[in-house]
Amino acid sequence: MHAQAARTPLTGRTGPYFGRFGGRFIPEALVAALEELDAAYRDALAEPEFMGRLDELHRTYVGRPSLITEAPRFARHAGGRAPARILLKREDLNHTGSHKINNAIGQALLTLRMGKTRVIAETGAGQHGVATATAAALLGLDAVVYMGEVDMRRQALNVVRMRLLGAEVIPVTSGSRTLKDAMNEAMRDWVTNVENTHYLIGSAAGPHPFPTMVRELQQVIGVEARRQTLALAGRLPDVVCACVGGGSNAIGIFHAFLDDPEVELVGLEAGGDGVETGRHAASVSGGGLGILHGTRTFVLQDAHGQTVESHSISAGLDYPGVGPQHAWLHDIGRARYASVPDAEAMEAFALLCRTEGIIPAIESAHALAGAIREGRRLGPDGIVLVNLSGRGDKDVDTAARYFGLLGEGSGE
Amino acid sequence: MSARATIERAKSEGRAALIGYLPVGFPDVATSVAAMRAMVAGGVDVLEVGLPYSDPLMDGPLIQRATEAALVGGATPADGFTAVREAGAPALVMTYWTLVDRYGVARFAADLAAAGGAGMITPDLIPDEAAGWHAAADEHGLDRVHLVAPTSTPERLALAARSSRGFLYAASLMGVTGERDLVSTTAKDLVARTKEVTDLPVCVGLGVGTGAQAAEVAGFADGVIVGSAFVRALMDAPDRASGLAAVEAVARELAAGVRKAASVAAT
Ligand SMILES: Cc1ncc(COP(=O)(O)O)c(C=O)c1O
Repeated sequence: MHAQAARTPLTGRTGPYFGRFGGRFIPEALVAALEELDAAYRDALAEPEFMGRLDELHRTYVGRPSLITEAPRFARHAGGRAPARILLKREDLNHTGSHKINNAIGQALLTLRMGKTRVIAETGAGQHGVATATAAALLGLDAVVYMGEVDMRRQALNVVRMRLLGAEVIPVTSGSRTLKDAMNEAMRDWVTNVENTHYLIGSAAGPHPFPTMVRELQQVIGVEARRQTLALAGRLPDVVCACVGGGSNAIGIFHAFLDDPEVELVGLEAGGDGVETGRHAASVSGGGLGILHGTRTFVLQDAHGQTVESHSISAGLDYPGVGPQHAWLHDIGRARYASVPDAEAMEAFALLCRTEGIIPAIESAHALAGAIREGRRLGPDGIVLVNLSGRGDKDVDTAARYFGLLGEGSGE
Repeated sequence: MSARATIERAKSEGRAALIGYLPVGFPDVATSVAAMRAMVAGGVDVLEVGLPYSDPLMDGPLIQRATEAALVGGATPADGFTAVREAGAPALVMTYWTLVDRYGVARFAADLAAAGGAGMITPDLIPDEAAGWHAAADEHGLDRVHLVAPTSTPERLALAARSSRGFLYAASLMGVTGERDLVSTTAKDLVARTKEVTDLPVCVGLGVGTGAQAAEVAGFADGVIVGSAFVRALMDAPDRASGLAAVEAVARELAAGVRKAASVAAT
């Protein structure tokens, strides 16, 4: 039985269920829309014209394939005298500055295909909101983005970008006023306006088919990175590191490696003040089995099943759930999930800025911190591939406050 | 008496049943239970006891505010069983599924049955995901009420009907809970489509708040479901006594409404 299981490929696994996770815990009113979407995306991805159009936009608009950059100075500073090699998959160089555009462009094309005219989205860091607003502007769709009030404050730059791109940004004032509440509000909009509206979910979370569909739109990251690593290093990496909010950039880079058992996959969740303090966003490391936003997965919750507010310096990781495929990869032991506290992520953030001239998104800095840990473990023969999921322009305010860079002094 | 028997007794009186929702714990557990009793005194036939949840993504701002306050006050699923026991009318729990999932569906069903509950309405548990609940409900003789929506296909209407016991909940419009100025025109059509596939009573909820609207819906449905209007009455009241009086007055108006349709239909 074990040999049989080992032979079943992990790539290409689709929902609705990943082991005991996934499914559709949603009102009946949305079933028709989810079935329409499920059929539309599967037809589209199997159709050469659709994939051709998506590929063309990747090449001529998004800037794919994104680069692989080796980070030797970062590796040396992080790893001491005998550092492992660290390779960065540069999703930060995509148009709009993160991996989110891969998914947004794909789903916006699907929206047109389904004959809908309006997209709505939730956003935390604002990167998915910007990506959605961008895709909508490009393809002539109306866009409405829900964003928690707290996040609008900490990612103000992205609010302006969305508005410049013609999207309406609606502040969400309920609950913790962050990503999960924005998602609640977007769901309420969707059930009301589903006839002309597509809900362009920004992560590999939510009800089926979103976790599978978003994975399929993001897996290009890993397909490219696997090929690029082979070309650059002559072999596969030992470890792949990615940050995990809802899990889209992580599953996007993991997927191509799922059936390479020699490659370890490590997801880095936001540890906030530390998982032991209860103030964190690490759903796999510190959550329980529950249902959030239509999917069964690991959720930060209290003894009664009420969602507990997540905490992270990174708005994009500040989510109390995780995509069901990650929960399953954790269950079967194919991927490992660890948490990175705010302070450690900010240290990695600063180090990449100064050693490589790259300002990463604070989300991605969690993956960099994971790469430092893994590199130290592997030593000089090791290769760590990191998904640099986004750039840090949106985070300069947070970083300025964190490092004290706005005052008279040097901030050192 | 079961929910279905109550709805059918109303039918034999030539009227629709009145079904009232209130979340337990708003503004506090004792007052919410007293308010449910006031609803029954005012003419509510069947109660829906809501369990407050942190992420009520099918509720509009009014019920969101009430359930948020209930959670701040510490309301738990166990308080729901207290309400079921003391409400004084057939009572079903209405809840987001994650709370039951966490409690454990078998234990939840056992405790609900022990409290004398009639069953459960599951707005975010579609029949496709409900095998565990169906088994637990059968073991304890509980009603299982699924929803149908304007977007439900004939196949899905049939699935919901096959999967339900007690009655079917027809969500009258596409949207979240809250009062509306007009009863949606889709409601009547949905009830007609549902009745083609089932003999179960079909009750209509979402957007009904006034006696006139109740009368209109009672003209084509077996039951009229009202939530936000009761919550608003309780929320707007300056003190507990006037809140309970206001809730009872709303129930009276709606109860007159479901009877007015009968007299219109009779003439
Ligand atoms: C740059 C960046 N990385 C990662 C994330 C986290 O999302 P996910 O886990 O879906 O990749 C975000 C979300 O906003 C982001 O902006």
